[in-house]
Amino acid sequence: MKNKHNIGDNVLLSGNEAIARGAFEAGVKVASAYPGTPSTEILENLCTYEGIYAEWAPNEKVALEVALGASFAGARALATMKHVGLNVAADPLFTAAYTGVKGGLVIVTADDPEMHSSQNEQDNRNYAYAAKVPMLEPSDASEAKEFLKIAFRISEEFDTPVLLRTTTRVAHVKGMVRIGITENSSATLGIEKMPEKFVMLPAHARKRRVELEKRMVRMQGFAETFPENRVEWGDKQKGFVTSGVSYLYVKEAFPEASVLKLGMAYPFPDRMIKDFALEVKDLFIVEELDPFIEDHVRALGITCRGKELIPTMGELNAHIVRRSITGKAAADLFAPVLIPLRPPNLCAGCPHRGIFHAISKLKVFVAGDIGCYTLAALKPLSSMDSCVCMGASIGTAFGMEKALGREAIGKIVAVIGDSTFMHSGITGLINVVYNRGFSTVIILDNRTTGMTGHQPNPSTGVTLCGQEGAAVDIEALCRAIGVQHVITIDPHQHESAEKILRQEIERPEPSVIITKAPCALLPEVRKKKNKKLYTVQEKTCTGCRSCLKIGCPAIEWVPLTPEEAEQMGYKKTQKGHSSINPVMCIGCGQCVPLCKFKAIVIAGEDNG
Amino acid sequence: MANTTNLFLCGVGGQGILLASEVISSACMKTGLDIKQSEVHGMAQRGGSVVAHLRFGAKVYSPLIEPGGADIVVSFELLEALRYLPYMNRNTRVIVNTQKILPAPVATGVETYPSDVIDQLSQRGITVFPLDAFAAAKAVGETRAVNMVLVGALSALLSFDEKIFLEVISERIPEKVREKNIAAFLKGKEALQDILMSSKQTRI
Repeated sequence: MKNKHNIGDNVLLSGNEAIARGAFEAGVKVASAYPGTPSTEILENLCTYEGIYAEWAPNEKVALEVALGASFAGARALATMKHVGLNVAADPLFTAAYTGVKGGLVIVTADDPEMHSSQNEQDNRNYAYAAKVPMLEPSDASEAKEFLKIAFRISEEFDTPVLLRTTTRVAHVKGMVRIGITENSSATLGIEKMPEKFVMLPAHARKRRVELEKRMVRMQGFAETFPENRVEWGDKQKGFVTSGVSYLYVKEAFPEASVLKLGMAYPFPDRMIKDFALEVKDLFIVEELDPFIEDHVRALGITCRGKELIPTMGELNAHIVRRSITGKAAADLFAPVLIPLRPPNLCAGCPHRGIFHAISKLKVFVAGDIGCYTLAALKPLSSMDSCVCMGASIGTAFGMEKALGREAIGKIVAVIGDSTFMHSGITGLINVVYNRGFSTVIILDNRTTGMTGHQPNPSTGVTLCGQEGAAVDIEALCRAIGVQHVITIDPHQHESAEKILRQEIERPEPSVIITKAPCALLPEVRKKKNKKLYTVQEKTCTGCRSCLKIGCPAIEWVPLTPEEAEQMGYKKTQKGHSSINPVMCIGCGQCVPLCKFKAIVIAGEDNG
Repeated sequence: MANTTNLFLCGVGGQGILLASEVISSACMKTGLDIKQSEVHGMAQRGGSVVAHLRFGAKVYSPLIEPGGADIVVSFELLEALRYLPYMNRNTRVIVNTQKILPAPVATGVETYPSDVIDQLSQRGITVFPLDAFAAAKAVGETRAVNMVLVGALSALLSFDEKIFLEVISERIPEKVREKNIAAFLKGKEALQDILMSSKQTRI
């Protein structure tokens, strides 16, 4: 046992860590996922438990299919993903609702209201409704663990996949969790052929369709007596129906009120809702994002207030809930002060910076993708012109080409990271080759999945739990697909990279440029011995600001008054000079060729 | 909830705020308090502004501190203290690391770094405890221990047993840098106690 918690201990766990513990206690055998904020730490934590096979799949669709297969073999199986990941996995989800399960199957969807680290704010409770799959919604870490175990029991009892929805403020909130005992699946492991259940031919699917409706009716009955759908009676002037983290905001804002807390977000306990509504004077529905509960309550013919008061966008908190319901703003709050923003930025020494600096000089349309490199859209690099979803760069670049014809040659590039290319870029590239495109695709291979915190991926050849796996060779893969022109370059050498880019974008054929250099945060880069750091030779710096164009956080502008400039031996008119912060510089050298006055030199060799 | 303490941490991605909040939360738990600790991972961490909400007491519901609701703010960077002014009130006590980390618009010379951060807070009646945590960390020989200097400073405002903090740090920090982190913690605590002595502030 690598994990040292004892049964009965109270420990401090995040929602994600608690779900991992819950998976262990539920006797999960197989878990698969693609990393995505705020879901990533669930699978990372599973590696600390023995007896569970856990993996990074190339994408969420594969992850859910792996989990479904494990369920077909009689094992309890888990797939986890961020909200947009469920869009990718929606195909198997909707039909898994028909096949049902053998071993319990639970899918965790981690939604991100407020878009802390996401490209949209979709409310995945709608998937439960659309796919006809039950969904549980914990409000904190302790519930996250317990609800995951309950989800497995429901899955096996009702022969259905079960969704467990968290949000950022459940997934990344730490709280007290009581370590519990482990249980086992009611299913037996083994191969069992059940074509009418597992082969969704139209004839079979029509029968399963009927089963699905019967199951939903049984689930509705279950919801009425499910102990995690519970009423907390208080003052009956105000009654709240709520779920997930919104429940905690209601308790904080209105501790005296009556609350119907829905632990099961779908299907709804209609009788329970009606009875509750009859008992309270004013009924309020408090939920983040869509009016999912509210629409249902209104459809039951019950008068209530919800989204007319509570925002439909962003995450809630106790303050917003209180203000929305009472209509009174808190008095005497300090107004925000106007100060310089601190947007996230590519790190010092990031290999992406070099290649995006080169791209920015081409004046092309950059069809971008999802990863750290999306930050290249911000000033001063300003070199990304679209970013939609995982893998979209290649398809959108190709679509623009087809719309513009040969006129587009030399004017568009697609940019995609190594992990994103594995996720869903490959099919886009196949389309380019197959349909005679001339796209230039830049694959940013930084040897890791950076944004989500350095997970390995199929092209790195290391598995989730750290074993050596087989590495997919991106260059060989692109050639095998049929791309004739594939070249691997060093992105830190942005001058030579620019020459190659200029040559490749003019090609009337598909072309792939792989920029290969490890992420600056990887231990192999951070712990490199004898790094040569750079410094600005102050007397040579003319204050031309050329080195600031790449937006390296280690390069700082030092403003000077005319008197200070004169004191330093500059002309009075020089407004300042550049400086390299020795704590932040990692010695990548990208800034050196930017200075035509050769003021950037290796530290310690600047006494010339 | 009146008996809940609201502790707001802010700073810049990469300063070790997540580890600091874990140490504080674990200390709360060992003290026998209910705790909720909220943070954000992912894109925000890439050199951006980072916050953590810690709420502890007999029973904690919401994981988020409300505007105007912070009892104590620990700002790991000077400018960040001002960014989160709306979370403070006149009774908030603010520990500020006076270290400056230039945000991109300042580093590229587009905007200037405000020179009166501490004054702007004091003028509003907020109690500010400025200290140079980077210099303190440097003095113990571990510049990455800025976070433990600030946890130490915070501990001087809390009524927790010092032993509990030292126990948690020993559990959380790898052996190689453990001693230096403990030294950083003690240095931070001492620095704040000195300020308290000179201004005759009392514990909450």
